[in-house]
This record gives sequence, structure tokens and C-alpha cells, in this order.
Amino acid sequence: MEPEEQPPAASEEPTEEVPETPAQPEEKVPEAQPGTEEQPPETPTETEDQPPETPATLDSDEVRIGAFICHCGTNIGGFVDVPAVVEYAKTLPNVVYATDNLYSCAEDGLASIRDAIKEHKLNRVIVASCTPRTHAPLFQSVCEEAGLNKYLFEFANIREQCSWVHMKEKEEATQKAKDLVRSAISKAALLVPQEEMRVDVVPRSLVIGGGVAGLSAALSVARQGFDVHLVEKEAELGGFVRNLNSLSLAVKSAAETIKPLIDDAMSHENITVHLNSQVEQVNGFIGNFDTTIVTDGSSKEVKVGTIIVATGALEYIPEGFYGYGMYDNVVTLTEFEILAKNHKLPKIQNVAFIQCVGSKGQDKSYCSRICCGVSIKNALYIMENYADIVGEEGGGRVEVDVSVPEISSRRRRRRRITSAEGPGAPGGAPSGGPEITIFNRDVVTYGAEHEIYYNKAREKRIRFVRYSLENLPKVKLEGEKLAVSYFHQTLKTDRKLLADMVVLATPLVAPPDASELSKKLKVPLGQDGFFLEAHMKLRPIDFATDGIFVCGTARGPADITESVAQGLGCASRAAIPMARGFIQAEAILAQVDPTICTGCGTCVENCPYGAIRMTDEGTAEVLAAACKGCGCCGATCPEKAITMMNYTDEQLLAQGRSILEGVP
Amino acid sequence: MEEQEEYEPLIVAFLCNWCSYAGADLAGTSRIQYPPNIRVIRVMCSGMVHPNLVINALTKGADGVLMCGCHPGDCHYLEGNLRAEARSEAIDLMLVDFGLEPERYRLEWVSASEGDKFAKVVTEMVEQLKGLGPSPYKM
Ligand SMILES: Cc1cc2nc3c(=O)[nH]c(=O)nc-3n(C[C@H](O)[C@H](O)[C@H](O)COP(=O)(O)OP(=O)(O)OC[C@H]3O[C@@H](n4cnc5c(N)ncnc54)[C@H](O)[C@@H]3O)c2cc1C
Ligand code: SF4
Ligand code: SF4
Repeated sequence: MEPEEQPPAASEEPTEEVPETPAQPEEKVPEAQPGTEEQPPETPTETEDQPPETPATLDSDEVRIGAFICHCGTNIGGFVDVPAVVEYAKTLPNVVYATDNLYSCAEDGLASIRDAIKEHKLNRVIVASCTPRTHAPLFQSVCEEAGLNKYLFEFANIREQCSWVHMKEKEEATQKAKDLVRSAISKAALLVPQEEMRVDVVPRSLVIGGGVAGLSAALSVARQGFDVHLVEKEAELGGFVRNLNSLSLAVKSAAETIKPLIDDAMSHENITVHLNSQVEQVNGFIGNFDTTIVTDGSSKEVKVGTIIVATGALEYIPEGFYGYGMYDNVVTLTEFEILAKNHKLPKIQNVAFIQCVGSKGQDKSYCSRICCGVSIKNALYIMENYADIVGEEGGGRVEVDVSVPEISSRRRRRRRITSAEGPGAPGGAPSGGPEITIFNRDVVTYGAEHEIYYNKAREKRIRFVRYSLENLPKVKLEGEKLAVSYFHQTLKTDRKLLADMVVLATPLVAPPDASELSKKLKVPLGQDGFFLEAHMKLRPIDFATDGIFVCGTARGPADITESVAQGLGCASRAAIPMARGFIQAEAILAQVDPTICTGCGTCVENCPYGAIRMTDEGTAEVLAAACKGCGCCGATCPEKAITMMNYTDEQLLAQGRSILEGVP
Repeated sequence: MEEQEEYEPLIVAFLCNWCSYAGADLAGTSRIQYPPNIRVIRVMCSGMVHPNLVINALTKGADGVLMCGCHPGDCHYLEGNLRAEARSEAIDLMLVDFGLEPERYRLEWVSASEGDKFAKVVTEMVEQLKGLGPSPYKM
């Protein structure tokens, strides 16, 4: 049902040897098979709404298998005795028709399958050719065109897994091809038609988290005409950006920059904003999630079709690093921004930023990506607002004003020395300009925008000094100043720098309650506690569970541009099933036999998708729309009460038996 | 030991559709040659294969059973491969009960890009089984 889950196109194949698309006229083999009637050219399509022409020929119990063995030019024919395989197939039980094709996937090859189904009243088809991963959908659609349910088709891979890997032993390769054909035929005889079920999708989204990512997602979903419930646990929308002062030297302050997002979300008719709220319960599956939103103790049930997770990240608190918590003037980047935003920066001239505090192999293993850019942004802020900082603004203080409410609330929990030893020396505007040093292990200013700021920082003579994990800088109070001692890698000597303030760049970390939410949604967290997408490269904002998506710093460190882009991405991913109105469930799924099931619950625990639940009768039940057909449940059910459609134990046993005993 | 030289082991392999089957396909597209002693049964996930299927194959005449799945962390179904791994321990115990050598069952992680690894695993296993001789259940 999802295009990316279908076998990829046969791109890695030698196109000059194999017809890529079935309807390329020049690839047509001119001599039509004898007995094949002339047909108007038809382009086989893979669309699922192709109505079957005639009902499947299953009126009798008689199994009538047609076997089509492909030469694939010389790709198979050159290494396997294809006519011998055909003759062999004819001798197998239930096979009423067997033939070879030069290219089964070329239009005339497909036509020969189509015609044979009708002419010989075939009710099972096997093609022995390349690989089902690329070509099964094509042959299945041909079956459907001829009125045969596509699940009555089976593949034998005699090219990738036979002729191409046994190119010097034709006899053995031919024997193997016969065995594979026999195995496919033994399974084909047991195939039963499957229907792909349609499940309606509720056209409403739940967005969890009201930061820039969640706001962007919510607005985009709403603007596409769907209802949105936006749940924010704080009393205000805006997320982490509310702490920030400026945004990479944008003209407006951070708060002003994101204000339109907040205003639009608050006023959009399709968006219901739930502040001071949490998602308490989530049940169901794509298209039909039953959720409970709790606001100040009162709960509300909301049924949604899709869910977007945008719960963001928090700043790592560098307890124990570089005198943080001991010296007031050792602050984190966020604290720096809060002070700057409130115009409460103390009078500072010499500032040291230390990058990668707690990240990249310290407490956290990863690089938080954004901190280098953020430190440079703040270094430039000091440069460009220096007059204000040393002038009236800070009230002439030289130490951090921990009474700023946002700072005091952050610091209350912490051990602190606020004695006279602090750098609380008398004021007086320092002479000369600001001096800023950024201690780094690598400057990660990725992308065009951040590189511009890096270059600007160099122009403004901001110093970049490298340190290594083996040789960390040290921060000590020395008189009125913070002394940063470090090893200079180029000069190979120990050096010292006196600073008025030390700013620690700490990584973004997953909020502690992320794991609770991940359990409610039954979606995984990665090893660093961030939400884990289905595939790092190919499905970056999807969860493996259909209908649930993730954006922003909830899935890992990201800046605002990236968070917004991901939010918009989630909105369009979520809109697909909602706009369509229904989803097509997999046909290859699990089925529980309630008369055998003892209700032990093993399957419920083993299903990676939360696709099985217990009914009131105490037996297991598969949620067809959520089941992916992995079969983990079936292979663990102690009662063998679960059958995997199209991969039943009976079918797999038959394949094994036919391989081993030489009988189908 | 004259007989042993002529013996060609037969391996039944269960390959998951998403990684290992694709890896075996890649061995083909790359034309990597390996012994023709293996017969593949495609399954959606290594996690769907009941231990009975393995034991059944081994007691019905297969000289070896190879189970291949995605590498841990890459499973198309999140962790079906880990289920297969856990089950492998049970299978190892069952082999003892059935008087079969542990080498007759092998679990390997083969990704879609590891055509060479797949060919290597098959080649190795065939060699190993040749050394062991035919399955005692082989009539
Ligand atoms: C010091 C610092 C400076 C930065 N400067 C810049 C900059 O200059 N430029 C830039 O582009 N980026 C900057 N960033 C990064 C920027 O802050 C993030 O990219 C952005 O905040 C990510 O937005 P978000 O919506 O994903 O997450 P957040 O902003 O963290 O929002 C998440 C929201 O979800 C809510 N929430 C959390 N859990 C739940 C729950 N269980 N239920 C309901 N609601 C919940 C939170 O309360 C919050 O409102 C900076 C970051 C830091 C730390
Ligand atoms: S594992 Fe089998 S017996 Fe147990 S609840 Fe699931 S279906 Fe029923
Ligand atoms: S096959 Fe079973 S374990 Fe796999 S998704 Fe479906 S119900 Fe869950």
C-alpha cells in the first residue's frame, strides 16, 4: 500500500540485455509464439484499481497450474537448458500448461501468459525468470487482467539465484532450476486468493508539541483542509525558541520571528489548540487512532487518522563540567540567550565559548550539529552589541544576574558557590573591544548559511582554538576572572586565557518523558533517546508504524529551518492517507484462529507494530490495517493458532518437502 | 571414503525478502559464482520461520539449513531478525536432541548490498557440510 515498500525498479540490471519495460516495441520478439493470436498492443499497468475482467477461474476444486519458463534472452537460456525445464514442468502434478518465453516480461511474453490463463483455464500461474523483487508486480497485474487474483501467482527465481551464479555448470544449474520450479509449483497448488482490505481514514491529525516543527506541521495540515488537534504541555506555544534571543542574526528577535506561526495556529479555524495538555492514551492504528487528551486533569477523547510527534528536545545540563554550577559566570548557551534576551548580560569583554560540552564521546556520543552555529551567532551578537552590553544595559554588573526568573528557575536545583570569591569585582567600562575565543574540537558549520557566519566570525577576529578529548581545557577561578587553561595544538604549549564569562555549548538531548510517549504510541526511541524513524536514509520522518510521523528536534538535533522543513514533510506525509480517505491493508497478514487461541498473549508482546490485541472473549485479534505481515506472531504462538496468509506453514513445508523429496 | 567424494550436500535456505533475498539477487547481478547446492525458500522475514520448518527440513533429508535475515537494526519489520536469533538458540538445542551436528543449521545476517557475503556463506557452508558428510536422516 505504500509505494516505497514495493520492490524497487530493476535499475541495477543490464538494460541492454533485458527489456526494462514490457511495452518497448523495439524489444519485441518479432516471431510471435505459434498459436498466439494477434492482439492489440496493451500496456500492462500496475495500478491497483484495475478491475478484474472476469472472476478468478476457481469454480472447480481442480488446481490448474500454468508454468512459464523464461529464457531472458541468453541470460537464463545460455546457462540453463530451458526447454528441458519446460518438459520437466509438464510432468509435475497439477500442471496443465507449460511453455517457454524468450522474454516473459516483454509484451508478447505477457500476452502469452494472459492468453494461456483464459485458454487453459489456469487458476494458478508460476513464472520462472528473474527476481520477484522487481518483476512480481508486473506478472501479478497480468494475472489480474486475465481475471486471476494476484495472490494465485508464484515466482521461481532462476536468473539471479541460478543462471547468473552457476555460469559454468549447465547441468547442475538446470537441475537446480527444475528444483526451484518444482518448489514454486508445490506452493502454487496451495495458494488461495487474498483480498486487500480497505480501511477508512479519519481526516483529522493529532500534533503533539507546539514548537516550530509542530506549529508548521499543524498549519500545513490545517491549510490542506483537515482538522488538527495541537497538544502542547506548556502554557504557551513556541517551544524552545521562546528561550532564544536572536536567530542567526535575523533582524527580528527570536520571539518576533516565530510570532506569525503562533498567531496563525491560534486563529486557524481547523486547529484546536490544547495548552497545558498531554496525550494520555493512544489506541488503534492508521486511519483510526483513539486518543485521550488530558488538560488540567480533565480528559477529552479525540479520534484521529494520523499523528505527528514534535515534542522537541532540551538542552543538556553540564553538571560537573568546567565549573558549571560553581561559578555564576559559567553559563550554558541557552542561559546566555536568556540573559541576552532579557538585556541582563553582565559587563563582559573577554568571553570563552567551549564547544562539545558533554557531547561527541563525553556523556553523549553524538554531535549536536547546531551548537557551533549557535556559539558563532552569539559571539557575533556580543561583537555587534558590545556598546549596549558594557554600557547601561547590564546595569554595570559583572556577574550573571541569577535572579532573572528564567535563570533562577534553571539554577535553583543546583549546587552553587555565591560567595565573595565570585568574580564580583567592581565595575567600570573595560577598555578596548570584546575578545572572544571559541574552543572547539571541529567547527561544524554545515551548509551555506552557517558557513557565511563562520567566515564573518573570522573577519571579526573571533579566535578559534582547537582542543582534543584527551586534552580538555580547564576552568578555574583566578582572582576576579575565570582562567581557562588549555593546550595549544599548534604551538604545543600550555596556555592560559582570562575570561569574564565562559559559555558552554551543550548538546540538545531528548526530553526524559519521551520514553513514556514512545510507549503510548508504540514507536521506538534510538539509543540516544530521540525518536527513531523507520529508515535513516529512505524514510526519515516516518515511523515504521503507519500513520505516525516525527519532526523537529524530537528526532535529533536540528535547527529551525530543518525543523520546519520536517514539520512540513510530516504534514504532507500525513495528508496522503487522509486525502485519499482510505488505506489498502496488506493482504499478506496474520490471521488468528480463535478456536485454537488460548489467549496467552505471546503474540501481542511479539508484534513489533502493536497490530494484535486481545478481544473481550480473551482471544487474540489481528488489526488488519496495522498488520505488516512479518509473521513474528505466528512463529512464536505456542498453539500455532496464527496463520500467515500466503506464507502459511503448510505452504513453506510443501516447498521444503518438494525440494528434498523431489516430489511436489 | 570413496562415497564421500561424490556426495553433494543439499542446503535449504530461508531468506528474508527485504535484505537477504536481495543480497542473493545481488550476487547474481554481480555474477558472483557459488556452488549450486542451495535451494532458496523466500519468506517475508526471518522472524516468520517456525523452528519446526528448520527441523523438518533437516530430518527430511536436507544436509544443512541456512537462515538469513537483515542485520540487527535493519530489519524491515523492526526486530523480526532478533526473534529469529532468539529462536536459533532453541533450534541449536533441538539439533542436539535430534542427533544433528550444530554446523547443519546456520543463521547469517546478509544485507541487500552483501552479494559477496551471501556467496561466501554458501561456499563455506557447502565445504563444511562436505566435511561432515551426509545428514544421518538422508536415505
Ligand atoms: C541555545 C540554542 C540556540 C539556538 N539557536 C538557534 C538559531 O539561532 N537558529 C536556529 O535555526 N535554531 C536554533 N536553535 C535550535 C532550535 O531551538 C530548534 O531547532 C527548535 O526549537 C526545534 O523546534 P521543535 O518544534 O522541534 O522543538 P521544540 O522547540 O523543543 O518544541 C517542542 C514543544 O513540544 C512540547 N512538548 C514536549 N513534550 C511534550 C509532550 N509530551 N506533550 C505535549 N507537548 C510536549 C514542548 O513543551 C515544546 O513546546 C537553538 C537551540 C539552542 C539550544
Ligand atoms: S500467541 Fe497464539 S495462543 Fe497466544 S494469544 Fe496469540 S494467537 Fe492466542
Ligand atoms: S504478522 Fe503478526 S507480528 Fe507481524 S505485524 Fe502482523 S500481527 Fe504483528
